[in-house]
Amino acid sequence: MSEYNRPVNEQEFEQNFAQIKPLMNNTEAYYESSRCLFCYNAPCVEACPTHIDIPLFIRQINTNNIKGAARTIYDSNYFGNACGKVCPTEVLCEGACVYNLQDVKPIEIGRLQNYATTSAIRNDIKFYSAGKSNGKKVAIIGSGPAGIACACELRKEGVHVDIYEARSNATGLTVNGIAPYKITNDEVLEELAYLQSQFGFNILYNSKIETADDIEKLEKNYDAIFLGVGNGETSKLNIPGEDKTNVHGAVELIEVLRKEHYNTAFGNKVIVLGGGNTAMDAASESARMGAASVKLIYRRSKEEMGAYHFEYELAKEVGVKGIFNAAPLEIMGNGSANAVKFIKTKTKNGKVVTIPGTEFVEECDMVILATGQKNHDYLFDKISNLEMVKNKVKTNNYQTSNPKYFAGGDCMNGGAEVVNAAYEGKFAGKAILSYLEK
Amino acid sequence: MDLSVNFAGIKSPNPFWLASAPPTNSGYQIMKAFDKGWGGAIWKTLGVPVVNVSSRYGSVNYRDSRMVGFNNIELISDRPLKDNLREIEEVKKYFPDHAVIASLMVESREQWHQIVKDAENAGADGHELNFGCPHGMCERGMGSAVGQDPKILELIVGWVMEVAKKPVIVKLTPNISHIEDPALAAKAGGANAVSLINTIQSIVGLDIDNFTAYPKVDGHSTNGGYCGPAVKPIALNLLKNVAKIPNYGLPISGIGGVENWRDAVEFILLGASTVQVCTAVMHYGFGIIREILAGFEQYMIDKGFNSVDEMVGRALPNINTWENLNLKYKIVADINQDKCIGCQLCYIACDDGAHQAIGLSENPEDRKPHIIEENCVGCNLCSLVCPVENCITMQRRDAGNEHLTWKERTIAGDIPDSFDDERGGGVGHHVPEPREAIAYRLK
Ligand SMILES: Cc1cc2nc3c(=O)[nH]c(=O)nc-3n(C[C@H](O)[C@H](O)[C@H](O)COP(=O)(O)OP(=O)(O)OC[C@H]3O[C@@H](n4cnc5c(N)ncnc54)[C@H](O)[C@@H]3O)c2cc1C
Ligand SMILES: Cc1cc2nc3c(=O)[nH]c(=O)nc-3n(C[C@H](O)[C@H](O)[C@H](O)COP(=O)(O)O)c2cc1C
Ligand code: SF4
Repeated sequence: MSEYNRPVNEQEFEQNFAQIKPLMNNTEAYYESSRCLFCYNAPCVEACPTHIDIPLFIRQINTNNIKGAARTIYDSNYFGNACGKVCPTEVLCEGACVYNLQDVKPIEIGRLQNYATTSAIRNDIKFYSAGKSNGKKVAIIGSGPAGIACACELRKEGVHVDIYEARSNATGLTVNGIAPYKITNDEVLEELAYLQSQFGFNILYNSKIETADDIEKLEKNYDAIFLGVGNGETSKLNIPGEDKTNVHGAVELIEVLRKEHYNTAFGNKVIVLGGGNTAMDAASESARMGAASVKLIYRRSKEEMGAYHFEYELAKEVGVKGIFNAAPLEIMGNGSANAVKFIKTKTKNGKVVTIPGTEFVEECDMVILATGQKNHDYLFDKISNLEMVKNKVKTNNYQTSNPKYFAGGDCMNGGAEVVNAAYEGKFAGKAILSYLEK
Repeated sequence: MDLSVNFAGIKSPNPFWLASAPPTNSGYQIMKAFDKGWGGAIWKTLGVPVVNVSSRYGSVNYRDSRMVGFNNIELISDRPLKDNLREIEEVKKYFPDHAVIASLMVESREQWHQIVKDAENAGADGHELNFGCPHGMCERGMGSAVGQDPKILELIVGWVMEVAKKPVIVKLTPNISHIEDPALAAKAGGANAVSLINTIQSIVGLDIDNFTAYPKVDGHSTNGGYCGPAVKPIALNLLKNVAKIPNYGLPISGIGGVENWRDAVEFILLGASTVQVCTAVMHYGFGIIREILAGFEQYMIDKGFNSVDEMVGRALPNINTWENLNLKYKIVADINQDKCIGCQLCYIACDDGAHQAIGLSENPEDRKPHIIEENCVGCNLCSLVCPVENCITMQRRDAGNEHLTWKERTIAGDIPDSFDDERGGGVGHHVPEPREAIAYRLK
């Protein structure tokens, strides 16, 4: 079924996980930028969560002002390079391109963006520098795109920034979670180094903030605190057999995959449970890791999947088979899972109901749960007066109900994209600046 | 389909000729071109062999289109005359029915006499006198230096006519404000036909890093001659000016930016009876003739033309002076909402560059602009910037039964004649208050 063989070395891994948005060469960028209509009030700008002046940077590429193009991008989005590669452009800027209405291929905005920013990064063109110290200090918890963007904005104005990061690497899910065929680790870390060289924020690795003591210290030592912790580990399904050895949370498994590459253990008959983008990624990744059979099984109908249509298409293209309206009842097997028992469902008044007597069993040698992520309750519970809504940190212009704390990114929006985290982190930074002025 | 023409006595299987330029530098190239389907060729200008520089060309690229304009600082042939003559003879041997015309440029009367005779002895079907080259040669009193001085032009044509037995074409320079003057001088001198245009004096672009222009010769540059698709509108206009000279009578060979069948048709409808091509061949090779021939023949069939002659000048009666245009004709823009893709280019073009006659919806979700008809002057800018075929069309609004021209109004004494005359066309037309431009700031 799958067209991929199991990769046994780095070269084969790179082949199986070839970049779906490879870097444009000069000629391609020139031709593609020539097609842009330079719309008035361009809908792509509106559709970009960071509102990059897209027609401007495309025109700048076309007039061979690549530096200027990169500047236009970074002025709106500190993760301009990562976003060009990982944004779901099909539903954002490129989805809004007026060419779609003419049944003409939309401008490849993401790749053009990546072309300009990669050039700036590789040539080490610096646009920004840290402001003169103003004596203020801010602690940022979490070095994901939200935390880093917030740090950039604060450093620009001379605020001292320490980023506390639980892991030994920075950029959060950008380097640990996103599918390897969208962006390479090197690309992510190059942009991080590029930003750090301009803004000079401090990252304290292996520094998880979790105890009341940790929090007290931060509150004492800093003028404000930004929560950019993202979401937590994969939620449990609460069905029997979930603790078997070859049952993995998607986010945890993908993190291993991003580090270990071809060395990551994947099954041959994989069942992925879920219908969101993470499920699509996990299924695609299983196929590219050489699983002979990958079944994506979702409780609801295909139409009700949270995943973007193009993400499902991407999974199907690599041989993933979708099974819909089937809810898992039990993960079976002795110590390790060898099958999952399902029951068929239908949707009634928006609710999933099971159809009695329709149980069936699917064999497997690996189960991946892509059933959402928990939040960081252990941390949020210890911050006084921190209000939550629907498991998300409640904010008003990025300020939480505890005025010293600000938040942005997945922990505030519930889980969106890098581009949203980058935008929110930046504007949270602005909110912190005006709070510090008071 | 019979495409043959008889141009001032020069017979050719079709009206498509290679202009005198690098593609006609040698017998090899011309034979190859004839083999591909070209009807004639003007040999690269012959004279005393020159010395050329490198580089020689510069180009104007527009977005992803290369060489929309082309510029050269090359001179006439740098090959010995005897080699060229020998090859003319050989080409005529293999292609007796094709037109081989010698382009000539020399200085003295004696040289003109000698070279005309030599070309005819070699078998050339006619001569084209190069009074057009606007770079290098003109510094030495030849080329456009002649074309810009009708008296000298007439004198030299006279010298040529003293000995020429084959038809003589005078190639005109566009680097002049009244092309009619040299065109009439050519006729007065006895020429049998004219051709136009040669290249337009130009600087094609600068090397902004090294503070010089293109093409670069060891850090320096000079003005060159401009040609290619970008010059077609200028060539067409000059062609029209010559073709409209009352009782002119000389056949015209049209040159300048011809690349496809459509361009060729345009030149012929405007009065050319043969068409010459240089840049398009330098860009794509001789093979483009197959597109020209196929499209041209199809057009003739579709329009019911039986010969090229029937087409020559067909559009001329409809090209008028401004004062004869109908002031009562009124059109307004119409946006097809089904076709509109919401780029809003028409909106901003009209608002910033025309007459504020396009509005946007109050609802930001609705990106499709609409025409404010009472403000529309019918300039059709919007329909030109619109990227969608037939989305913005111009609709007729006058009843079609009135006709009044500026000339007629002038005769009737009904034209504005003082600065604040109420009869001015814009009087009463909607113009927003200046401060509306910054209304968002004044709030
Ligand atoms: C599988 C998967 C695939 C995805 N694919 C895409 C994609 O293709 N395109 C896209 O745009 N988005 C994608 N996303 C979403 C995107 O990665 C996130 O929206 C984005 O990374 C959120 O940024 P963040 O800064 O809010 O949080 P995160 O990126 O999650 O970063 C949070 C950081 O905080 C650290 N942290 C957490 N708790 C603590 C603590 N207590 N103390 C110290 N540090 C802590 C974490 O270690 C982490 O480094 C994907 C997400 C997942 C799960
Ligand atoms: C490189 C180059 C050299 C030319 N040399 C001559 C020449 O020797 N004699 C001449 O009459 N015209 C010469 N021309 C002008 C062309 O014959 C022609 O008039 C002009 O290029 C416009 O036609 P086009 O737009 O098809 O190129 C030359 C043009 C170019 C580009
Ligand atoms: S025709 Fe001219 S004035 Fe009328 S709407 Fe179009 S651009 Fe505006």
